[in-house]
Amino acid sequence: MCLAIPGKVVEAFDQRGMRMAKVQFGGIVREACLEYVPETQVGDYVLVHVGFAISRVDEAEAHRTYQLLEELDQLTELNAPVVDEIATRGDKQ
Amino acid sequence: MKYLDEYRDGRVARKLVEEIHRVQTKPWVIMEVCGGQTHSIVKHGIDYLLPEGIELVHGPGCPVCVTPLEMIDKAHSIARRPDVIFCSFGDMLRVPGSDGDLFTIKSQGGDVRVVYSPLDCLKIARANPDKQVVFFAIGFETTAPANAMLAWRAQQEGMKNVSLLVSHVLVPPAIAAILQSPLNRVQGFLGPGHVCAIMGYREYEPMSARFKVPIVITGFEPLDILHGTLMTVRQLEAGRAEVENQYSRILDREGNRSAQKLVCSVFEIADRKWRGIGTIPKSGYKLRWEFREHDAERLFDVKEIDTREPAICISGQILKGIKKPHDCPAFGTLCSPQRPLGATMVSAEGACAAYYAYGRHLKAERENSTASLVGGAA
Repeated sequence: MCLAIPGKVVEAFDQRGMRMAKVQFGGIVREACLEYVPETQVGDYVLVHVGFAISRVDEAEAHRTYQLLEELDQLTELNAPVVDEIATRGDKQ
Repeated sequence: MKYLDEYRDGRVARKLVEEIHRVQTKPWVIMEVCGGQTHSIVKHGIDYLLPEGIELVHGPGCPVCVTPLEMIDKAHSIARRPDVIFCSFGDMLRVPGSDGDLFTIKSQGGDVRVVYSPLDCLKIARANPDKQVVFFAIGFETTAPANAMLAWRAQQEGMKNVSLLVSHVLVPPAIAAILQSPLNRVQGFLGPGHVCAIMGYREYEPMSARFKVPIVITGFEPLDILHGTLMTVRQLEAGRAEVENQYSRILDREGNRSAQKLVCSVFEIADRKWRGIGTIPKSGYKLRWEFREHDAERLFDVKEIDTREPAICISGQILKGIKKPHDCPAFGTLCSPQRPLGATMVSAEGACAAYYAYGRHLKAERENSTASLVGGAA
């Protein structure tokens, strides 16, 4: 129910006094209301829930979090041996 | 898709899983609040990847599940009226009331329509000035701004043929109710990412401090959930109890101010009954008096309907994290998504329905073969 999907704003327009956009999700384009993210520009990524953009994706934060996760194993290798059991369980997927 | 695919990367997931195994030394019970998170966990088999000492229990964050049967029956009695076009999100159509579901009503000639956005109701109302367009406004804080915008626009445009049947619920009172229960087992929470995209996470801070529980606001993709779990376990192992934000690419502490502002001008806090749990004080929204002309409960004199849930159903205990779906004798036998007996089976995001969809009703028959189930029937 709280499903929300990030998509790229490809066009912004006015509809009966409301700021709307065409938002691209992979190969699909849908309309979304931009009233709650007024600072959004074409090219930005927004999180869309039931036809409303509820947040603008913070690209710098997305990059920072991903880098942090990418570098996790370096921490792991520094701190402790990898748990063999996990690797074995994971391989069965 | 950008911002989705990278958070489903199995290689990074494995690093996270290894780190959780490394950090965890004691048993912990962690609740993911949101039904969307539950669905993701069961779909990707995330709970099977965690150390045995970490138990994920499934929270009450599925609005379709917790909408009380009385409200479903009210919706159905309105949807049956010949002067009404009844609009709803698709999730609500299969939820059975005391006498059938919205699909049944549609098949019997009721004008029931699925909408993608609440704003679709405005278009339908303009095209059908002789009909009353009623929208079934359910949801958590995530959906409240969209539903509030419908009421706001209807009022601004003087559209008297648009009304809302409101059954809105709020997450923090439900978390507080779980923590206050004498049977509570939950020691840490994966907080609801999209609810907090609207509300921010300030309101979780006093709760985390008061009950001494870590609350990590978490996203919905597999890496988000593993990362949120790791952050929660780190706090628990270190004896910390703070609110942290795993989902920083989407939200900050303050949330979406302009959405909060409109929600506040359309809705006010009200007591709400939660299916499977009961009435929680100040746990939902109702329309403000100024919007009474758009309140379907006022416009249609719907009688209070007394309903009873089947005694065998343990959904209340599942929603509070006390029990799991396969603890229920009816799970997968008397109760299935086709014939749900209670809250947690009625929506795809309910814990029982997610367990069923990914083959976990078969687990009881294949006990002790956990490893072979990794990945499930997904």
